[in-house]
Amino acid sequence: MSLLSVHDLAVARGGMRAVEGVTFTLGAGQALILRGPNGIGKTTLLRTVAGLQPAVAGRIEAAPDAIAYAAHADGLKTALTVTENLRFWAQVFGRAEIAAAVEAMNLRDLTGRPAGTLSAGQKRRLGLARLLVSGRPVWVLDEPTVSLDADSVALFAGAVRAHLGQGGAALMATHIDLGLPEAEVLDLMAHRASSTGRVVKPAGFNEAFA
Amino acid sequence: MSIWEYANPVKFMRISGAALPWVVAGAAICTLAGLIWGFLTPPDYKQGASVKIMFLHVPAAMMAINCWLMMLVASLIWIIRRHHVSALAAKAAAPIGAAMTLIALVTGAAWGQPTWGTWWEWDPRLTSFLILFLFYLGYIALWEAVENPDSAADLTGVLCLVGSVFAILSRYAVNFWNQGLHQGASLSVASGERMSAVYRYPLYLCMVGLFLLFLSLLLIRTRTEIRIRRTAALQAREGRP
Amino acid sequence: MPGHPAMIALLLRDLKLATRAGGGFGLGLAFFLIVCTLVPFGVGPQAEMLSRIAPGILWVGALLACLLSLDRIFALDFEDGSLDLLATAPMPLEGAVAVKAAAHWITTGLPLVLAAPLFGMLLHLPARAVPYLLISLLIGTPALSMLGAFGAAITVGLRRGGLLLSLLVLPLYVPTLLFGAEAVRRGAAGMDATTPLVFQAAITLLTCALIPFAAAAAIRINLR
Repeated sequence: MSLLSVHDLAVARGGMRAVEGVTFTLGAGQALILRGPNGIGKTTLLRTVAGLQPAVAGRIEAAPDAIAYAAHADGLKTALTVTENLRFWAQVFGRAEIAAAVEAMNLRDLTGRPAGTLSAGQKRRLGLARLLVSGRPVWVLDEPTVSLDADSVALFAGAVRAHLGQGGAALMATHIDLGLPEAEVLDLMAHRASSTGRVVKPAGFNEAFA
Repeated sequence: MSIWEYANPVKFMRISGAALPWVVAGAAICTLAGLIWGFLTPPDYKQGASVKIMFLHVPAAMMAINCWLMMLVASLIWIIRRHHVSALAAKAAAPIGAAMTLIALVTGAAWGQPTWGTWWEWDPRLTSFLILFLFYLGYIALWEAVENPDSAADLTGVLCLVGSVFAILSRYAVNFWNQGLHQGASLSVASGERMSAVYRYPLYLCMVGLFLLFLSLLLIRTRTEIRIRRTAALQAREGRP
Repeated sequence: MPGHPAMIALLLRDLKLATRAGGGFGLGLAFFLIVCTLVPFGVGPQAEMLSRIAPGILWVGALLACLLSLDRIFALDFEDGSLDLLATAPMPLEGAVAVKAAAHWITTGLPLVLAAPLFGMLLHLPARAVPYLLISLLIGTPALSMLGAFGAAITVGLRRGGLLLSLLVLPLYVPTLLFGAEAVRRGAAGMDATTPLVFQAAITLLTCALIPFAAAAAIRINLR
């Protein structure tokens, strides 16, 4: 059974069609890694899948409330402690349990610290712990390993693997090797709107007048 | 044939291009004839020659309100049916409406000085037009501030809807707050004291003239906006910034 | 009711953030005090004059103090990504907007309401007008927060949004201000102030019922 199904998706960035013809399906236990150079539209694609942006063309099918989105900004409040931050997002997503996420992201010793005093890597781990407390099956992650050291990357890979093992799925844009050999890779260069042989189709308001 | 066909940019450009010379000529003839005719009317027995400001003041005030109504309709069409020309027409109309409001305010002040003995009075109608002017300024500023054209069209559309509700609320709030000196609507058929025909016919002519003036400015500005968007889209196709 | 605990959690978080260091709690109140201090410097200390203009000064001062903190309603959540997450959370964005406006009112509007009678003394507001001042501010300031949330939602992604926010929001404040100040003026003159208060309540209810939808739409547009 597929958790997330994307069919012939095209997205636009800055009024230009960025990538098109993207098709993939994620079932329970599957992970897909998006690759491609900066500016190709990875973030736009992920935001579209997460429902924050309209697609230019194509279909996205996912169960309602299935997708947990995490981007460069973690949605953390510097004035609140680690526990307060996590508990807030757990409550927003209708859950109470945060201990498992604290444990999985190795945040036990930091629970009482204000998030503002954490290092960049620790903040990133807290942001990923937020994913765990959301309890949603499909993770949509934009550069999840930015500012993580090697140990933390391994910790993160372990969390993704555990999530997949519990029947979850993950869609990630990342440059580095996560050590997840089971993850499939989708190279967006093959879907770049300007390289598909057709005329580049801009999108957006002005295009209605061309 | 559906009316929505005219929302197609190509069709709009063709038809508006054909109509524009006639509309401009009509605007020039009606406005000039109306104003000259109005200037030659005899002075009012109470207000003297200053009554002739009416021939500019009343049509401008009408167009100031009608222009906002037109923007509201255009915004609704954009939000509901996603016709791009409609969004641009709303954008193009705003500065014209602001100018009409300003004309109504300035001529109102110039009329108020000899009639009421003051340049400015916090009369409900004048105050409402001042508030309307602020709404126009906010709307224009929002179009200028948002870079993404899709977002700009959507956000200004939402602002126009909310602004319309609060413009109407303000109108009634202002009425409640100060009863005012302003004379009522002298043209309404129901009212007992109707304006004499000497003034009424040139006034009608001025109204038609200012409406056609609004229409020609609107068409010219909308056509310019469409051309700007077309240029930008073609440049984007060729990969130029 | 689905989403209910989430909305309470959001309200509590916003209140907590406002009262922590750097939350800006009390800034609006201080601004209100400064306005009420500066006006007598501008118009002169005559008690009779001040007492006449006090209703208007108090209402305009409260309105400006409210305006001061509007951009914080969504800008911080936009910067740290919270707004993205709230938009994808199992809670209607309209609800999140309403909750955030409510949090703004509790941390900014309510203190202004409570302090207004005190500041009214500085301006020689007649004692019989004080209940009207309290009631009209209590009825009117929620509309100020909600309309402010709409302005903040429209300008959330913009550079130099602050000035534009004021330009968009202040005309929307006109009906609330007119009826509010009129109620206090009538109270001061010993007249019946029911009519302006009822109109003001109607505007606040209308605002609270409709604006969350417009503001949530604006946020969705700005997040794209």
